[in-house]
Order: sequence, then structure tokens, then C-alpha cells
Amino acid sequence: MSILKADHLTIRFGGLTAVSDFYLDLEEGELVGLIGPNGAGKTTVFNMITGVYHPTQGEIYFRDQKITRQSVDKITALGIARTFQNIRLFANLSVIENVMIACHLRIKSSVLSAAFGLPSYLQEENYIREEAEKLLKEVKLENFKNYVAGGLPYGEQRKLEIARALATHPKLLLLDEPAAGMNPQETKELMAFILEIQEKYKLTIILIEHDMKVVMGICKRILVLDYGKTIAEGNPEEIQHNPEVIKAYLGVEANYA
Amino acid sequence: MKGKKKDYLLLKIATIFLVILFLFIAQRSFDAYILRILNLSGIYVILGVSLNLINGFTGQFSLGHAGFMAIGAYASALLYMSPELKEVNYFIAPLIWPFSVIQVPFVFSLIFAGLLSAGVGFLVGAPCLRLKGDYLAIVTFGFSEIIRVLFNNLQSITNGPLGLKGLPTYTNLWWSWGIAIFTIWFIKNLVNSSYGRALKSIREDEVAAEAMGVNLFYHKVLSFVVGAFFAGIGGALLGSLLMTIDPNSFGFAMTFQIIIIVIVGGLGSIAGSVIVGILFAILMEVLRAVESPMNILGLKIPGIPGMRMLIFSILLMIVVLFFQQGLMGTREWSWEWLHHKLTRTKKELEEGS
Amino acid sequence: MSLSIFFQNLINAISLGFLFALIAIGYTMVYGVLRLINFAHGDIFMMAAFFVFYTMTIFSLPWGIACLVAIVLTMLLGLSVERVAYRPLRNAPRISSLCSAIGVSFLLENFAVVVFGGRPKSFYCPEFFTKTFILGGVRVLGINFVTPLVSIVFLSLLSYLVYRTKNGLAMRAISKDFDTARLMGINIDRTISFTFMIGSGLAAVGAILWASRYPQIWPFMGVFPGWRAFTAAIIGGIGSIRGAMVGGFLVGFISIMLVAFLPELAGYKDAFIFIALILVLLFKPEGLFGEE
Repeated sequence: MSILKADHLTIRFGGLTAVSDFYLDLEEGELVGLIGPNGAGKTTVFNMITGVYHPTQGEIYFRDQKITRQSVDKITALGIARTFQNIRLFANLSVIENVMIACHLRIKSSVLSAAFGLPSYLQEENYIREEAEKLLKEVKLENFKNYVAGGLPYGEQRKLEIARALATHPKLLLLDEPAAGMNPQETKELMAFILEIQEKYKLTIILIEHDMKVVMGICKRILVLDYGKTIAEGNPEEIQHNPEVIKAYLGVEANYA
Repeated sequence: MKGKKKDYLLLKIATIFLVILFLFIAQRSFDAYILRILNLSGIYVILGVSLNLINGFTGQFSLGHAGFMAIGAYASALLYMSPELKEVNYFIAPLIWPFSVIQVPFVFSLIFAGLLSAGVGFLVGAPCLRLKGDYLAIVTFGFSEIIRVLFNNLQSITNGPLGLKGLPTYTNLWWSWGIAIFTIWFIKNLVNSSYGRALKSIREDEVAAEAMGVNLFYHKVLSFVVGAFFAGIGGALLGSLLMTIDPNSFGFAMTFQIIIIVIVGGLGSIAGSVIVGILFAILMEVLRAVESPMNILGLKIPGIPGMRMLIFSILLMIVVLFFQQGLMGTREWSWEWLHHKLTRTKKELEEGS
Repeated sequence: MSLSIFFQNLINAISLGFLFALIAIGYTMVYGVLRLINFAHGDIFMMAAFFVFYTMTIFSLPWGIACLVAIVLTMLLGLSVERVAYRPLRNAPRISSLCSAIGVSFLLENFAVVVFGGRPKSFYCPEFFTKTFILGGVRVLGINFVTPLVSIVFLSLLSYLVYRTKNGLAMRAISKDFDTARLMGINIDRTISFTFMIGSGLAAVGAILWASRYPQIWPFMGVFPGWRAFTAAIIGGIGSIRGAMVGGFLVGFISIMLVAFLPELAGYKDAFIFIALILVLLFKPEGLFGEE
């Protein structure tokens, strides 16, 4: 079943066409890599899917529902979550608060019952706290739950961001350069972790990544963007041998095999 | 652990009991001067904590508090004043019906003041809260000035620049501090709840907050409306305490006082707003001395009008420039915190020696 | 309403428009380089009027020299406000600079109340300014000749500075892109100081003309001209000097014409100006000439 369909998306900023005619039909359970040189428009694609930007042309369907001009928080509530290229945690709040904020969209009690501390609300609060603790355990941050998020080491912040995204209960997860700034050991763990959560939460994942080992290692299908255009699509094998890709992008790293 | 929690609960109950006992004794035996300061403290606490919800916890910089206070003060006065008193006040243009004939108990006028102010808060907040930072500050300031200009001109509703005089003094310690404690409790619960975390996430990073499913519009308007509600009630209490209100006393200088309380106390700390709110009320009265002529050893020293606000402006600048966290930063005061502090210092002392 | 009265009001409006433009430019230039709304600008304007007053009364200098001294003092005041209250916060969250700007505004006002006294003082101006001339049936005050002339001189000087000098080029570069300008080796601190001095100098010129038109000065005299000029800057598009001038004329026009033609609404004048400000911010925040 198709979970996400990006139907010929084009977006222009003033005279600049950042992404043109982007097409993606994503099956449930896929793990797709989105690669391309800097400025190719990868993050712009994420921003269109999550509703931060509205495409100039084209439509986006999430589980056959049109989400093109929906607001960001509604799209998140439907089941699309993301991480950010340049980590955007709530830096002055605690680690567990960061995760609990992402659970807020499931709170059903009204503001007044929250402010008056009614039992119906307190029950929900307990429930999301337990869930947040569970998620933190999964990313091995349970010992840091009361630390300020901005004080965590870089790699831990990336993991916290993923945990926070999972707390929104996504069906589709968009990871924007999750391995950036990690050492080889951490990167290896991250790859295993991504596969693990995909399996466990039945996620569909789109991954933007510069580290080719990660992309080639875990993605079954890869899209290559260059100057806003999709120049190639296929499995890792095909991508590595695609002359267009080698010319545009892999040229410098063609030795990788 | 369990036993400790129970201890803290007992401590909390004991504190509240002591406060009530204090209010009881104070209301009966303290003189008018001290009572006035205590009442003002309570009102400043209400105003400071409610503005902190908007400016400190949600990170939306509002300069409109005086506007909401004016709405609350006038709305309540129009309801609790007796028809005879209204007739005496409105001698230029008569007060419009139905305000000219109705009179309701103080408590209902307070509730109405809060609700009306919250309603206006919604009307102003809904379109304006998409503006950020400086622009929001300007728009809310503009709103508060528009209220002032309107109240100066709507002679048959507000009595214009003459204001309302001889208001009955309903405000006493039970009202001012009762509502102050309710405000603290309500807003503390709110900011510690899931909704409060959502407000703080907006302060931290709007883009990330929205991506995590926080509805920015709803939550910003929420904090604005709750803040306006308490500002309206605070204004109503202030009007009945001072016994006279006029549109120009709710100018920018009023908002500025509350801003001082919030910033000096620490943006995002309820405890800070409470402590500085009380200190501010005390200092405002005590420093009144420097503005009136003094007689020291037969030497006549003329008072210096405006000195108090100069001192407070300098204080504010010192905090803004050198202690950006304010008195409390975003820390809160609680028995748990105190206990933690004390045991830690004890431990450190032991380790040190 | 006769034609001559209309012209009389028109001349008034033009003259007031120039004044608002002079003050608005200070807001616009500072916003351009610092992305900060200098809440204290109206109070710097007020201080300028007092500088003239005290140089004349204390040092008994002639009016013209007192004005020059006051302009220089005001420029120094603007410079020191930036040094003391804004520069240390340049890398702090924007809300801190906003608090600081509000704080400086109040500090200057209360300083003036304490030191200069709260009661209005009368402001000396040359006789010519208050003389009424009759030109073809239209009565024109001397100040209404002086204001446009002086403003045109100073505005031309400003465009020379901004568009023909190195400092002006640096200023425009910083407003376009702060970080790149810094990388290009532009001396940011010096340029920002320069901007504050120019803005404050123009405010001083505005204050002298303003006080000659309404010859009473007091500590809060800067608040409303300040806000109206600020509204002018926003309407014109904050960051744009041309916008500040057009906005200044619009606000001057509304202020005068509303009082002249709809006197029953005159009391609501400031409400109208603030409503205009809010509407522009909500629906066209870049103003008439601002960049997106």
C-alpha cells in the first residue's frame, strides 16, 4: 500500500527553482535514501512533506489523503515526524520534557482540567511520562532524563531527537542527516538502531544522508537529487554504477565499493 | 522516598496554613499603611505572574498588560458601583443603560472583569500573535494605547479623562492575596502540565515545536487569554483598592512596572515574579519618602519627584545588562528544592573539611 | 471649508511630514543595521530639546550655536546609548535587546523628570519662526518655511552620506547581510556607531524644529512624536530611507487633516495612528518600500 505520494512537486523561491518535478511513491515499510550534493534540495523536500513550505505545483498524499496545504502540526498528528539537519532540540528544557512535548498531541484533557490537576488529566500525564521514559531507555538516555537537553554531547542529542520524533507515534519518519558529526563506531550503532526502530514500530523511513556507508548499507531504494531534479533512482547497486550519479555526485567517492 | 513526599506535602499544608493565619492577623490588627502595601503586593504578584506566563514561559513579548488592567478596572467598577455613585460621577454625560441601573456583588464584578479582559485578549491575540518579537511588542503596546485613547473619549461609558472617583473599597487581604495564591497555583499547575510544556517549547523553538505537533496558534492565544484574564482581575482589585481610576493611570508606565517585576524576577520563574512583586510594592511605598519633602535635623530637603521610577529604571538596566537571568532565572522555589540545596551544601561542607 | 484654509492645512501637513520623516529615519537606519527597534529614539529626541534649552540658559550661548552644540551632544548621547545598552547584548537573545531598549527609554524619561523637572519649560526660538505671513490669502507661519528647507538640506546630506561615502556603503552592506559584511572586513562596531550618530543627529534637528513649532518642552515630549514617527517608518517599510520619508508625509497628513476636517474625531487621532500601525504590521509587514 502506498503510504506517501509526492506527485510532481515543484517549489520556487522568487526566481529560484529549489525543487522541480519531484516524484516519489513510497510503499509502506520502505527505507528510502535521499542523496545529492549540498543545496540539491533534499531538506526542501522534507520541508514540503512536513508542511513547512507549500509547493508551488504538485500535491502530496499521505495514505491517500491530500496533505498539501495542511499546517505542520496537523501533518505531524496524521503520522509524519522528522528530525532536523541542524539539531533543533528544546535546549533549555530537560531531556524527558523534550520527549513529553512530542506526546502533547495525544492529550485529550482540556486546559482547565490540566491546570486544576483533575484525575483524568493526571492519568494522561502519568501515561505519557511512562511512555517517554520507555523511549529514553530505548535510546539509552534514561540516566540523563533530568539533564538539560542542550548540555548533552552531540551524538546523544541526535538520538534524543529521534526519540522525540518517535514520541509523536509516526508512521513515516523523515531523518535529516542523522549520522552527521558521528564517529564510525557511533555511525555503525546508529545504522543498527534505525533498522531496529523501523522493525519495532513498523515505520516507513526517508533518510537524507551524506555518509554513503549509511545510505548504501541500509536503504533498499535511493533517490539522487541534483539542482532540484531527480537524476537517478534505484537500488544501491544501480546508483553506484549510474554514470549520471557518478558525474554529478559520486565522482569524488567513486572508489567506494 | 514515599515518606519524604508526605513530609513535603505536610510542609506545604503548614505553609498555606501559616499564610492564612498571617492574613487573618494582618487584616485585623495592621494599620492602613501596611495593609495598603500588603494589598498592593498581592496585586503586583497577580500581575507579574500573569505577564510572566506570556513573556517568560511562552516567550511572546507583550507590552499590553496595562490595557487589560484598564478593561478589568472599568468593567468591574461599572458593575459594583451603586447607581447613586454613578450619577454623582457622570455629571458631564450620563452613563449609558444598562450600566446606569445595575449593581452586582464584588465577586461577580471580578469574574466579569476577568472574562471580558480574556475575551478582548482573544480578539487582540488571535490576529496579532503571528507577529514575532519586537513586532508583537509594538502591536500589544499599540493595543494598550488604543484602549487608553478610547477610554479617554467614550465619555458616556468611562466618564472620559475625569475617571471614576470614590469607588468603594472592597479589596482587602482576603481578596488580593486569596486571588494571588489562586493565580500562583493555577499558573504553576498550568506551566507544569503538558500544556505548559507546549508553551515552553514555543519559547525554545517554534519550528521544532510545530514539527512535534504543537499547535502554535492555539497555545499562543491560550497563554495570552489566561494572562489577560488575570490582568483584568488584577486591574479590578487595584481600582477598588485605590478608590479612583482614570484612563491615563493605565498608560505605558503601568505596563513598565509589571515588566520590571517579570524581568528582575526572571523570565520564566513564578517564584521570581512573586518575590520581586512583593519587594516592588514595598519599595514603591518606602521610596515614596524620597519624593516628598523631608525634614532632617531642621534642614528642609525638597523631595525629588520621579526619583522612584529613575531608581527602578536603573535597576532594570543593571539586570538586563549584567544579570540576564534575573533573580531566579527559570528556577522555582519549593520545599524539595530547598531541601536539595541544604543537603547539598551540607555535603559539600563535609567533603570540603 | 475654503480653499485658503485647505492650503493652510496642507502646508502644515507637509511641514509636519518632514519632521516625522527626520525622526523616522533614525528608527529605520538603526533597524536596518541592528534589527532592533530603538525604543529610546523618541527620548533621545526629547533630550536634544533640553540640550538646546540648557546650553542657552547656562552658557548663555546664542540660539544658533546652542543648536549646533545640542546636535553634537545628541549624537554623542546616541553613540553612548548604543555602547552601553545595545552593544553588550548584540549576541544575546533578541528579547534582551528589546528589554534594554525599553529600559533606556524609561531611564531617559525618568532622568529628565528628576534632573530637568516634570513641568513644561518654554522653548526659545527666533522671532521669524512664529511670525505669520500671508501669501495670496493663505496664512503661513515662519516655521513652515523653515522646516521643509532645513529638512531638505539635512535629508540631502543624509543621502550623500549613505549613498556616496564609504561609511554609508558599509551601512548598506550591513543592512543587506550582517554576517557577510563582517566577513568582508567591514568594521561593524564603527559602522553601527556611525548609524546611531546620524540617526540621533537627525532626531536633534527634528527636535529643534518640533520645539519651535510647539514651544514647550518636557520629559515626555518625545513619546508621541516618537511613536508617530515610528509608525511612519513601519508604514514606509522599516529599513528603507525613502519609505521613512513617504511614511512621514502620510502620518503628518493624517494628523493634520483629521483634526482640520473631522474635529469630532480629533480625540481619537492617536488611536487611528495605532490602528494604522497594527494593520500595516498584520497585512503588509514589509511596508510600502521595505524588502520582504
